[in-house]
Amino acid sequence: MHMINTSEILETLQMIDHQKLDVRTITMGISLFSCVTDDEKKLCDNIYDLITRRAENLVEVGREIEREIGVPIVNKRISVTPAALVTGAIKNPVKVAQALDRAAKTTGVDFIGGYSALVHKAMTEADKRLIESIPEALSTTDFLCSSINVGSTRAGINMDAVKLMGDVVKQTAAATAENGGLGCAKLVVFCNAVEDNPFMAGAFHGPGEGDCAVSVGVSGPGVVKVALEQVKGRPFDEVAETIKRTAFHITRVGQLVAREASRRLDVPFGIVDLSLAPTPAVGDSVAQILEEMGLEICGTHGTTAALALLNDAVKKGGVMASSHVGGLSGAFIPVSEDIGMIHAAERGALSLEKLEAMTCVCSVGLDMIAIPGDTPAETIAAIIADEAAIGMVNNKTTAVRVIPAPGKKVGDSVEFGGLLGYAPIIPVREYSAADFIHRGGRIPAPLHSLRN
Amino acid sequence: MNEMKKAVISVLGTDKKGIIAQVSRILYENDANILDISQTIVSGLFSMILIADIGSEGCSFDNLKTELDALGDRIGVQIRMQRSEIFEAMHQI
Repeated sequence: MHMINTSEILETLQMIDHQKLDVRTITMGISLFSCVTDDEKKLCDNIYDLITRRAENLVEVGREIEREIGVPIVNKRISVTPAALVTGAIKNPVKVAQALDRAAKTTGVDFIGGYSALVHKAMTEADKRLIESIPEALSTTDFLCSSINVGSTRAGINMDAVKLMGDVVKQTAAATAENGGLGCAKLVVFCNAVEDNPFMAGAFHGPGEGDCAVSVGVSGPGVVKVALEQVKGRPFDEVAETIKRTAFHITRVGQLVAREASRRLDVPFGIVDLSLAPTPAVGDSVAQILEEMGLEICGTHGTTAALALLNDAVKKGGVMASSHVGGLSGAFIPVSEDIGMIHAAERGALSLEKLEAMTCVCSVGLDMIAIPGDTPAETIAAIIADEAAIGMVNNKTTAVRVIPAPGKKVGDSVEFGGLLGYAPIIPVREYSAADFIHRGGRIPAPLHSLRN
Repeated sequence: MNEMKKAVISVLGTDKKGIIAQVSRILYENDANILDISQTIVSGLFSMILIADIGSEGCSFDNLKTELDALGDRIGVQIRMQRSEIFEAMHQI
């Protein structure tokens, strides 16, 4: 029998106590296809009953695993089939939004995701109804998250949907104005959305998934930062190796939690998402990892290269630690959720344009960025189009989660609380893209979509 | 023969008399079998790592953990009990 040695044990305890090692989420994906009916009330009842039955023990099992292995499991979440796929035969999808929210409250989870539509090529009537209902859905629920996929490498970009989402983001901010536009923090617009992402706000249980699965999202920027402190001034080869080794350790924790959760809940294991997810706590920041590599502040020249190295090394280290890797897997750069990003934005070192460049080399996109409340809907749509274009051309997931904070202007900041943090308002270009956005139609898929 | 289930108990804090005695008494009373102990004192800071088999029928993880937590609070040291799988997962391929 191999005994674990003392130094390994102490290293792990250090990571938990001082470097904020945690598992960000156990997310249970639940298919809603079996709930479908054209009776609105019956549909809502079916959905509520199914979720509360399947996820009845999710929170308790999460706590139990946390207690036994001594690693915090910060969130327990549920993702469901994109709601537009099951609300085609009813008039008012908001009723389903509210049933999902009720189910989240009954099960005690932190978030429920999947008020979603996949419209990368075109919209069905049901998709359109759902998208138009998002402002009401997000302002009349507490834990619901919504995501819309407006583009893909295979299909191109649905510019009608992009235009519509510009309006929906604005309306959602207005509908949740008393909370700083909080609804927009629960709304993400994707290109190349993945079907098994456990992270919010973009989690949904894709149509290619089974009845139920549990997936785990890891975390641990603090652990990577501290590991890099040991290789100060050393060449990048050593930086990359250090990140890989650390990512391996972190991912093994995720794999263990996923395996245990799967066994105890008697639900198949889905994937481990290798993402480095920051929180607003000091020492839990992706920006500070980049700064540890030698940048005076996140956002300065060199930031994109540093992030590219980090993102790649995390995947290389993590992939061997888990039997199934999936989701978004990479480094997240949500501005309001990362103390280093917040500071960089406050000091003007981190601009929207630099963030856009960074999204070319990391796992998602423009995330949790507060912009002036009077930003026109067309400008928001154009930001979405730019980001979707990066995803489409580079064969990767990109996303936009911006908050046009009502009544706020550059120099102000907006507070969301908890894991969502706070954000300084970042300037956007004041020149118009309205004529561009009003064209509508579809941007054709790129040449390299023809891969067969 | 029950399946072996291992727990790692780590104790950190200011050195005082009887830490090991009290921890091992609780383990004995909860039917846990000590497999390995290592203990050091560096400039007054007591550090002990203890590995125990908690797989016997009379041993409940939750009860044992609760008692160890209470002991830690009483004598002013940090006592933590974790399933060994976390360490094995992180450090063994």
